[in-house]
Parts: sequence; C-alpha cells; structure tokens
Amino acid sequence: MAAARLCRCRCRALLSRPAGAVRARRGLAAGPEMHFGFQTVTEEERREKIYQVFENVAKKYDVMNDSMTLGIHRVWKDILVHKMNPCPGTLLLDVAGGTGDIAFRFINYVRSVRQRQLQRKLKHHQNLSWQQIFESYQKDEFNSLGDSQVVVCDINREMLKVGKQKAEHLGYSEGLSWVLGNAEELPFDDDKFDVYTIAFGIRNVTRIDLALQEAYRVLKPGGRFLCLEFSHVSNPLLSRLYDLYSFQVIPVLGEVIAGDWRSYQYLVESIRQFPPQVVNNYGTYFSGGAEGNDRRCRLFQSGL
Amino acid sequence: MRPLLLRAARAGLPLLRGAPASPGKARPSHSEPRGRDGRGEEEEEEEEEMEGWHQLYPGHIPTSPLQKALLAAGSAVMALYDPYRHDMVAVLGETTGCLALPNLRDKMKNHPEGHRILQERPRIRLSTLDVARLRALPGGSLGREYLRFLEDNKVSPDTRMPPKFVDDEELAYVIQRYREVHDLMHTLLGMPTNMLGEVVVKWFEAVQTGLPMCVLGAAFGPVRLSTRKLQVLATELVPWAIRSGLNASCVLNVYYEQRWEQPVESLREELGIFPPPALRV
Repeated sequence: MAAARLCRCRCRALLSRPAGAVRARRGLAAGPEMHFGFQTVTEEERREKIYQVFENVAKKYDVMNDSMTLGIHRVWKDILVHKMNPCPGTLLLDVAGGTGDIAFRFINYVRSVRQRQLQRKLKHHQNLSWQQIFESYQKDEFNSLGDSQVVVCDINREMLKVGKQKAEHLGYSEGLSWVLGNAEELPFDDDKFDVYTIAFGIRNVTRIDLALQEAYRVLKPGGRFLCLEFSHVSNPLLSRLYDLYSFQVIPVLGEVIAGDWRSYQYLVESIRQFPPQVVNNYGTYFSGGAEGNDRRCRLFQSGL
Repeated sequence: MRPLLLRAARAGLPLLRGAPASPGKARPSHSEPRGRDGRGEEEEEEEEEMEGWHQLYPGHIPTSPLQKALLAAGSAVMALYDPYRHDMVAVLGETTGCLALPNLRDKMKNHPEGHRILQERPRIRLSTLDVARLRALPGGSLGREYLRFLEDNKVSPDTRMPPKFVDDEELAYVIQRYREVHDLMHTLLGMPTNMLGEVVVKWFEAVQTGLPMCVLGAAFGPVRLSTRKLQVLATELVPWAIRSGLNASCVLNVYYEQRWEQPVESLREELGIFPPPALRV
C-alpha cells in the first residue's frame, strides 16, 4: 500500500561547518504562502493549524494510526530501529516523537543488546566465585541500558502528555526524557547526539530546511540522521486504491473514532503534499559544504 | 484544469454548487450536487477562502456517497457501542436523512407558520432565551415548563451539535431546528431525559418526522432497558406516543419562541397530542 522511505546520512564533518551556507533545495514555496493539506496558508497559520490538529488527535493518535495503516506502522517503526541498530551508550534524539513509539522501541532494543552483552561477559568469566558473579550482576542490573538515553522532543504539549502517560503505563522510566521543543529551533547544544530520528514528523514541519540545519547542528560528527516518512505510490492501481482508502475511509474513521474529521483530512492531504524530492535532497544538504571532501554522505532508501 | 478542481477530483468528492450560507435568507427549493462543470471566477475564489471545499454553511463538510454510507454504518455501530457519543447519533441522523429531510422541509414550506420559520431561521439558544422572563411566566405555560425541564434534567439547548454532513443549506437548518425543538418535545410529552423518556420521545419523533435515525433509536433504544420498564413501554407509552404522533400535525410547524405564554395543555390540544399517561417515568 504505502511506501515508507527511510534515509540515512552519515556525516563525517571534521572541520567547522559553513555557517548556514548550505540550504536544501526543495519543492516548497519559499515565500510566506505554504500548503496546509490542500489549503494555502501563511507560515504562521500553518504552524498554528498543525499544532491544533495534533492537540485534537493526541489522545486517539495511536488508535488512529492502527486504523489508518492497519497496524503496519508498527512494522515500519520496528524496521527503523533495526536499521538504526543502536548499541548501549547511544544517545538518541527523537524529534516529533510525541507518543514515544520510537523511543520505547529504542529502549527495548538497547536493553536486549545489553542483556546479550552481559550474558556473553558472564560466559567468559567462568572462574569467578559466586560472590563475584553476584556483585557483577548487581552492578550491571542498575545499568540495564548501558548508559543509553533517548530524548523525546515534540512541539506539542498534548502529544508529550500522552507519551508520558504511555511510558508510565508500560513501565518505562529510565533512560527517557521528554522535552518540549521545535524541530526548527532545537533547545540542545551542538554536537550532542549520536542519532537523530524523525518518524512521520517531517512533513508537518513548516521550514524543513531549518529542521535539517538543526539536525546537522545537534548531531555529533559521525552522527546519523534517520527519517521515516510516507512517500508516493508509483503503481497506478495501488495508487488509486490507496487514494480511495485515504480520502474516503480515513476521515470517516477520524469522525467515528475520534469525533474529528478535519484533522484526519489534513493528515491524509499532508501526505500527498509532501514532495518526494525533499527526501532526495537530504543528501545534497549534508554533502554540499564548502570544505568538500571532509563531508561524505550516503543516502539509503528502502521502499516497503 | 484549475488546481482546485483537480484536488477535489483526486479526493473523489462531489462538487456542490451553492452560495455561501447566509442565515435568514430564503434559498431556492433544492440544490443538487453538480458535476465538474465550469465554475465562475468569484465562486472559486470564495471557495479558496473557505478551505478550498464547497462549504455551503459554516461547519459543512462535503462528503461523497461512499463516505456517507461509511459514516452511517460507523456512527450506528459507535452509537450502540457507546451511548454517550451523542455526536454519533447526530451524524447518523444527517447521513441517513436524505429522504426524510426534504419531506419535512416541504411540510414546513406548505404551512404558514412553518414557512415563516424557514424564512426567519430562529435559533433556540440560552443566549437568545430571556430566562428571567420565562421564569416569571405562570406555571403550566410552555416557557415556564420548558425552563423547569431544562433545570430539572440539567440540560441546555446549546449542546446540540451543528450539522456537518447535510449537503443543502436549508435542510441543514431543518435538522438543526429539529434538534433544538427536541427538548420542547420532552416538555410537551412530559418525558424526562432518562433512557425510557428518550425512547418514548424517539417513537413520537419517528412517526412525526420519518427520520431513519429516530426509527433506529426507537427500535434499538429499548435494548438497554429493564424488563419492568420494557413492559410499561410496550403496553402504555409506545402506543400513546404512536397515536399522538399520527394524530398530531407537524411539530416543526410551530413557532415556539412566540408561544412561551401559551399553556402546555392548550398547545397539546392544538397540535393534537393526547394527554400523557399518568405514570412516573
């Protein structure tokens, strides 16, 4: 049905990056007029409207995701984390992470990697006394994540609230922090994070170029940028079925389940409006520096 | 091809023709969904402002027949599953009322008082009601009893949902009027807002309006009642409600706002509603 595109850029910037000289080329209007679904609005209006959309849908966000993608979004998110393949000690920034799906998966993954690490360590220490094994277990138990941390950053207070409640409900407490912030202007220092993810969030950002600049800024040299987003369906028959399902069924589901037609109409339209060349240009952005060869970027795309 | 038309075409929505809503103005008797024919320049610019859809009135969401069918099915299931979802009952009414609503509108048009209501488009809202004046009215008058009903049952006329899925501006008003007059039905029939009372009023309204939502509500509402109440319902209340509904003239043809002083009994007689059975509901 829908193809989700994953792209990964490896940045090896060793020298100082040019001060804002690099801009991503994109198909969006550069002027004050922007799209909000199929409407035309100003930048400021767009930010406000999108904020309201997610404020309205926050409580039913997960239910609606399941209905809209028939549960497939879980698979895509699992694949994202697998592709990320984080090792214990990774510092992840999940932007537009709202209800915490990526963050929880990250924690689970790192926990299981850590478990395996500990098991392997114990296997090698065959000649330890019981006391020593017990002590090592105790020490490592308190470090079940191996110092990994995930910061969930979202511009919308309601989404973060829902995410925190979910975390409490599911029993996630350590290694997790929730920050209210704008992807276009992140409240973090430079060179802080190992991985930056943004899952189904970038099409809701009003100035994608600023978001990319910020991503570049907060990532450590050698850090990774992963973006999960809907792309267009090329097969004409599938495309028609997908359009039919999106425009006919999804707003109805929004009205029946969440009592909110317009927010889901926006969500469906925003997928259509998100230009595919933005994804292709991530590579251009990260590799187009004046210092040239020190920055290399590889772009991976996988269609599902 | 204009981008606006292209977008609507992709969405598979019917393009509806109609002037922007202006309450209080009489409109032509019917407007049908038209095909994608040429559009006037000014109309398109207006629609660009109104989100690029063909909104016939504020809050209107144009929907295709398939969407209406899905909405009807979905809202019916949800309304049964969660009776507190009043918005689903409202949506069910709008999506299934395509035959009954024009009928009601024609009944109103052909009656002098109903015609006046369609022209003037009065709305029953707490802000428009003169509560102090109603309270000062003698007991037994429509205004006093209506106020008593609102206070006893802790309801307000402002919580009625505005119509969203009715594709005709006049019919949208008709269904809005029906919703706002619902509380007055309770007053005239002497029924409280508990489940039993609501079911009785639904039977009455089903006979009066023919709206499928009322019929479904009347048929499925009793499912959640106890046996004793079902007995009372079946033996006394429903037959009375049906008889009254058949005998009474159309309840939407009454300009209630101009009859607050009229005693309830006299209004019942005038309409043709039989006196309620002497029961505690």
